[in-house]
Amino acid sequence: MDERTPEAEARPRTNARVVSWCLAGVVGMFAFGFALVPLYDVFCEITGINGKTGGRYEAVAAAEADVTRTVQVQFLAQNGPGMPWTFRPVTRSIDVHPGELVTVAFFAQNPTGAAMVGQAVPSLSPSEGTLYFHKTECFCFNQQPLAAGESTEMPLVFIVDRDLPEHITKLTLSYTLYDQSKTATVSDMDRPITTTNENG
Amino acid sequence: MSAVADTHAQDHHHGPAKGFSRWLLTTNHKDIGTMYLIFSFAMFLLGGTMAMVIRAELFQPGLQIVQPEFFNQMTTMHGLIMVFGAVMPAFVGLANWMLPLMIGAPDMALPRMNNWSFWLLPCAFLILVSTLFMEGGAPNFGWTFYAPLSTTYGPPSTTFFIFAVHIMGISSIMGAINVIATILNLRAPGMTLMKMPLFVWTWLITAFLLIAVMPVLAGVVTMMLMDINFGTSFFDASGGGDPVLFQHVFWFFGHPEVYIMILPAFGAVSHIIPAFSRKPLFGYASMVYAVGAIALLSFVVWAHHMFTVGIPIAGQLFFMYATMLIAVPTGVKVFNWVATMFRGALSFEAPMLFAVAFVILFTIGGFSGLMLAIAPADFQYHDTYFVVAHFHYVLVPGAIFGIFASAYFWLPKWTGHMYDETLAQTHFWLSFIGMNLAFFPMHFLGLAGMPRRIPDYALQFADFNMVSSVGAFMFGATQLLFLFIVVKCVRGGKAAAAQPWDGAEGLEWTVPSPAPYHTFATPPEVK
Repeated sequence: MDERTPEAEARPRTNARVVSWCLAGVVGMFAFGFALVPLYDVFCEITGINGKTGGRYEAVAAAEADVTRTVQVQFLAQNGPGMPWTFRPVTRSIDVHPGELVTVAFFAQNPTGAAMVGQAVPSLSPSEGTLYFHKTECFCFNQQPLAAGESTEMPLVFIVDRDLPEHITKLTLSYTLYDQSKTATVSDMDRPITTTNENG
Repeated sequence: MSAVADTHAQDHHHGPAKGFSRWLLTTNHKDIGTMYLIFSFAMFLLGGTMAMVIRAELFQPGLQIVQPEFFNQMTTMHGLIMVFGAVMPAFVGLANWMLPLMIGAPDMALPRMNNWSFWLLPCAFLILVSTLFMEGGAPNFGWTFYAPLSTTYGPPSTTFFIFAVHIMGISSIMGAINVIATILNLRAPGMTLMKMPLFVWTWLITAFLLIAVMPVLAGVVTMMLMDINFGTSFFDASGGGDPVLFQHVFWFFGHPEVYIMILPAFGAVSHIIPAFSRKPLFGYASMVYAVGAIALLSFVVWAHHMFTVGIPIAGQLFFMYATMLIAVPTGVKVFNWVATMFRGALSFEAPMLFAVAFVILFTIGGFSGLMLAIAPADFQYHDTYFVVAHFHYVLVPGAIFGIFASAYFWLPKWTGHMYDETLAQTHFWLSFIGMNLAFFPMHFLGLAGMPRRIPDYALQFADFNMVSSVGAFMFGATQLLFLFIVVKCVRGGKAAAAQPWDGAEGLEWTVPSPAPYHTFATPPEVK
């Protein structure tokens, strides 16, 4: 199926050509499937729609607090599956003015007899507010190692942006703390399948 | 080895090989088409048996027959087997048999790959079905296998499921490449694109859809595989991944997939209705453009499956309107079918009965789809039996009735015998009644709030569930009648003329019945 032969030129669409185009499409779409992963992350970062608050915020200039507005910020803390730590916000709810720099803390304790590493993953609701919630300091930027029995108060410093849409009066920031000490075995395949509906 | 009796071998100079090797090594499009159809019917019975288990358990409230774990395995395997094992291979089988006959080609363009793409399928489903006997059971997370249910919480057999999906994906992709190469390169002289029969058109577009989305499915299961076995975090929130990403990637495959399962049926029905109306198809060009429009739109509507995961309002509106837009080309097709029948000399043999039922019932499924497309209403319907009713209405009287209609329509060409019309009409009416009895009450159950994928339910849903189960048993048992009709037709019956339907048109009716082992060695001239 050499394409330079006159025969092939007379019939430009050989099977080999169709197959190569199709295979190119297949490979391209397989790659596209994986490209969706970073695309999704970028899309969410720009729009904030999955509630994942961004990384460290560098305040360009000390913004003045808008004292005419008050926004209630609530904090939730929960453990991921199999995470034995005690994890709770020290402040459950706080009223802040947009533009104001606020510091709160979360309490974490490792009650087990072994050193462990935790990683908190944030989620903000409503997601529309995600882009207006800036963290200048957060324990979620790093993994948290705790020795056996150790406890700690972890700081969170944030600013609610002055441009927060008017109709948002309440933001809820939820942290889920995941056990990172055993990342090597992400899925425990030996664990029996649990169900809540076993009473036959 | 030579257990297969072969009566045709003596008739033809270049007849098929004898024995099992004929089927193992064949590159003949008719043999491969037959194998695809037999395989898909076997899978249809297997998936149907699982549906019977589901409906038996749901016959009355409480847990009677199976445990919830096994129930979940049944719903999952039923979905996977019906989608990938029954419907898709049936259409590939029809394509293998009919495309070369319709475009005047001697065979498929890539016959060896054709053989390979078929024989991968039994391997894939052997792996998939074997998970039922593994420790921890078969996949139990639904045919949509949402992460993290399928990754963190999946049974150990999930990895086998992933490889099975990989293999069937490769099979589908090779089938699709073969279809494209055949249609683009092997058309008879004079058959321009806009002279192609509609089944050829719909399959060409379906093949492009397959090439576009099966690799995405392969990608998403590969990500699952890596999350499960190699410690990546594509869908694991603790590692920076996002479970919602799974749903986006899955439905980017999943929505075009539902059109993959229906477009070839559109094509087949567009042959059958004109044949039994004794009129040419109304609006051929608009049919082609409508199929193209449906295929293109299918890529931009995926998030209507996931309105409830927290999509911003602008996104919900976009996906809602884009979804509703699909009703326009679909409506064009339905109106064209009705216009074809309008003032036609109608007769209602089995293929026509199935085709007319297809138009009516698929439209009902389309309307419930429109209801589900309304984002605010979908919050109520989501994950209820209304969804189950909707997609069974588009898949059973849509895809499956389309396949039955095609089978009866072309059986005389395949076997050289007429099927038993009385039995076939019985098959139709029992299927029609059984299917409606099974799935129509599900609309009410869903609107009343019965969630899908549960082995037990609240008492107020009992009556409709019992009706639904009775209908399902009726539909299921009726399919054994179909098997009997086909076997009877293969073994004998009234000899079929080359053109057994007086209104049918197309090159496939110019060859004798049964179609000789080799046809169109010299291409016909199309004017």
